[in-house]
Amino acid sequence: MAAVQDSAVVVGAGAQVRPAAQGRWASIWAKHGAGYMFLLPWLIGFFGLTLGPAVASLYLSFTSFDLIRAPEWVGTANYVRIATADPKFAAAMQVTFLYVVLSVPFKLSFALLVAILLDRGVRGLTVYRAIFYLPSLLGGSVAIAVLWRQLFAGDGLINSLLAQFGIEGPSWISHPNYSIWTLVVLSVWQFGSPMIIFLAGLRQIPTDMYEAASLDGASKFRQFYKITLPLLTPVIFFNAVVQTIDAFKAFTPAFIISGGTGGPINSTLFYTLYLYQEAFGNFRMGYASALAWILVLIIALFTAFSFLTSRYWVHYDD
Amino acid sequence: MTDAIMSSVTAPSSAPLGRRGPLGSVLVHAGLIAASIAMLYPLLWMISASVRPEDEIFASTSLWPSSIDFASYLRGWFGLDVSFGRFFWNSLVVSVLTVIGNVVACSLAAYAFARLRFAGRNFWFAIMLGTLMIPYHVTLIPQYVLFLNLGWVNTFLPLVVPKFLASDAFFIFLMVQFFRGIPRELDEAAMMDGCGAWRIYWKIMLPLSLPVLATAAIFSFIWTWDDFFGPLIYLNDMNTYTIQLGLRTFVDSSSTSDWGGLFAMSTLSLVPVFFFFLFFQRLLIEGIATTGMKR
Repeated sequence: MAAVQDSAVVVGAGAQVRPAAQGRWASIWAKHGAGYMFLLPWLIGFFGLTLGPAVASLYLSFTSFDLIRAPEWVGTANYVRIATADPKFAAAMQVTFLYVVLSVPFKLSFALLVAILLDRGVRGLTVYRAIFYLPSLLGGSVAIAVLWRQLFAGDGLINSLLAQFGIEGPSWISHPNYSIWTLVVLSVWQFGSPMIIFLAGLRQIPTDMYEAASLDGASKFRQFYKITLPLLTPVIFFNAVVQTIDAFKAFTPAFIISGGTGGPINSTLFYTLYLYQEAFGNFRMGYASALAWILVLIIALFTAFSFLTSRYWVHYDD
Repeated sequence: MTDAIMSSVTAPSSAPLGRRGPLGSVLVHAGLIAASIAMLYPLLWMISASVRPEDEIFASTSLWPSSIDFASYLRGWFGLDVSFGRFFWNSLVVSVLTVIGNVVACSLAAYAFARLRFAGRNFWFAIMLGTLMIPYHVTLIPQYVLFLNLGWVNTFLPLVVPKFLASDAFFIFLMVQFFRGIPRELDEAAMMDGCGAWRIYWKIMLPLSLPVLATAAIFSFIWTWDDFFGPLIYLNDMNTYTIQLGLRTFVDSSSTSDWGGLFAMSTLSLVPVFFFFLFFQRLLIEGIATTGMKR
């Protein structure tokens, strides 16, 4: 620490020689200027692409705006319509919640199960880990959504496989009761990245805890319940929050699989898809802005709720 | 490869629940192998479908084509008014520019946050962290209006310029964490030798930060390559389409007629991502494990 101060003094003294001649501003610039120079691109981006647009978006949400004429102030009309007179909003909400509630727990359970199997020093760990991670990496692309659409079509691969066992599968994609499951399975298939985070978390658990427990005669199952699970709660919490926010924002698979419609009968009308339709299909930019803010509010409420309840079940050792 | 050997050597000590007996080990491997097959089956089936003769595509659930025929690739490549070569090129341009933008702009900001002292640093750092939590939906529509008024729709500018303004704050955060781990003595020694902030950034920080810069670059590339939403909004002219939009057009225009071509182009569209995965698997997995980066 002393060395740090010493060198700071030396540098400070050296720097003071010149600015003295150029005045106060020059000395302020010499002290703080470099930081702002390096920060400049980000600052421009922050004001121009984040803060400015966020404020504009809030304003637009109280207007009727079709991109051609100037925005027209309508007060809270957009929000009132969303809350009371928009069946598609209600449908989109329902579909999105259903998707979150179905996909996140399945995905995390698979991720945890596989991570535990892999954690016990399995030979060929890297190969398995790579195989399980690959779909997560490819999953966001249109190619995978296209493939999925074909797998689950009425005459697709899944039904051909089922037929070999004498089961006649439904037309998964064109039946409103099943279409959401197609998307859930796609999401669960991509359990790779939470799995890797679980694996990293499992590595942190000290092995002597298990040794002590097994000396005391605790069964494997009991060890899992009493040691692994509690010590893993911070990682479970992290994965759950990240995956849930992600699920709220899902777009590409629903768009490709339903051909952009959210059908059949709105059964795959994800919230973001509805937002897209309103903004870029119907050019109701004001209304879509209101939808965007509602989504932000929902995600914020969910996150706040998770953090508030986390103190009752997430175990942090300090 | 060495990792695999290492982990099997160190297995007993890192095995928290103790070693399994031979039977347990066989069961675990059987389960893992079955799961691996289930995971890879759809992908392998798609690749196999892309080289099958047309009439055979849906006839079998087997992964082995009776004969290999690359006609689907030719039909797919030229199946639209604009060839897939154009879409690949567009995707490549957008992805490479995005990588450059992210690495340059984010590392500049990260250096300021991690190493320079200036008034308001903590304030701006807190703001930067705050932007990580804002979903893109909030800024989407005004940004669109802005880029439309600038005449940037149907160009790559709306997809690329924000990256040069460090709009992916996540990478800033990642780099700040890494930069903080580099010994300060190095900067101080350089300062004593008369180096300014700029030279320290360029000559010391960047060369020592290649792992984090590479991680950011690879994830940038893959995410941009896979991005569908951005191009969907900003690109309407088929000559500017990226590979993802090209594929989507192919689905729409040839609904049921040319599945072979569609699978061939889908397979090709995954090749760059798969290539990165193959060569940088370690880096990608470490990136996920240590930072929780999604996807």
